[in-house]
Amino acid sequence: MAIELYRIDDRLIHGQVIVGWGQPMNLGFLVLVDDEVANSDWEQELYRMGVPPELDVFFASVAEASRKLDQWNRDKRPGILLTADIDTMARLAGATHATIRAVNLGGIHHRADRVERLRYLYLTGGELRALQELERHGVEVTARDVPASRPIPLSALLEASGEAGAA
Amino acid sequence: MNDQPAIVLAHGQLAAGLVSAVEQITGMGNRFVAMSNTGLSGAELEQNLRAMVEEIGAKVVFTDLPAGSCNIAAFRLLRDRDVVVVSGVNLPTLLHFVTHPNLSPEEAATEAVERGGPTLKVTFGKTRGN
Repeated sequence: MAIELYRIDDRLIHGQVIVGWGQPMNLGFLVLVDDEVANSDWEQELYRMGVPPELDVFFASVAEASRKLDQWNRDKRPGILLTADIDTMARLAGATHATIRAVNLGGIHHRADRVERLRYLYLTGGELRALQELERHGVEVTARDVPASRPIPLSALLEASGEAGAA
Repeated sequence: MNDQPAIVLAHGQLAAGLVSAVEQITGMGNRFVAMSNTGLSGAELEQNLRAMVEEIGAKVVFTDLPAGSCNIAAFRLLRDRDVVVVSGVNLPTLLHFVTHPNLSPEEAATEAVERGGPTLKVTFGKTRGN
């Protein structure tokens, strides 16, 4: 089964991930890739506290995740890999040589320098360009908060923002 | 004495709905402040919750889903604030809590869970042979 969803979501582990995606996928494990969380026992305990006991949660820095990605992808259970931001996912994708073929934009919320692209997706121009760069390296990028919603390709976000074709 | 307002923090409009039901049943809805996570990042949610705890002096935070962002935001306060977090809130739990102001916040929260938790049950109709 392996990792079936690579998701960027600034809430990391939360209801949409555990229930919204996890239930229909029959989720077996979660990988949370974040350099800060990987170095904090408190943060890891915090995220583990709410997770159902039958679900395995692995915490890793980008460097650790790039070494273990093949191992997780050999797991017979379906898994989700989470990062809180685009930069972390881009670094992981770059370090794992085309292992990641698709990335889901699940939730990037309001910040003063960001523009609303979707109800659950706020991005700066720089973040849009970083996503374009991911696609140029063969990673399909779509926005979709929950499985019941329609996936929206990056091209549609770019068109809506007037940045289609931008470098 | 459990006389400080408590916070109900939940997905969508759930907290507002629960507090409105408490008000309808007991007239004590003003003992709760309803908060939602809608449209907020985890960091914003924590920030808003901290501000509200500070503002009203809340000692108890009720949240809905154990693995949800509301619960994780509330858990973050456990590190440095004197609060009690109750996860998986339902209406009977809030009703028991609010009608026992003579208990300490810790006692009221614990008793409310003991009474409210088991109210969740399944009942089958006679056509199923029960």
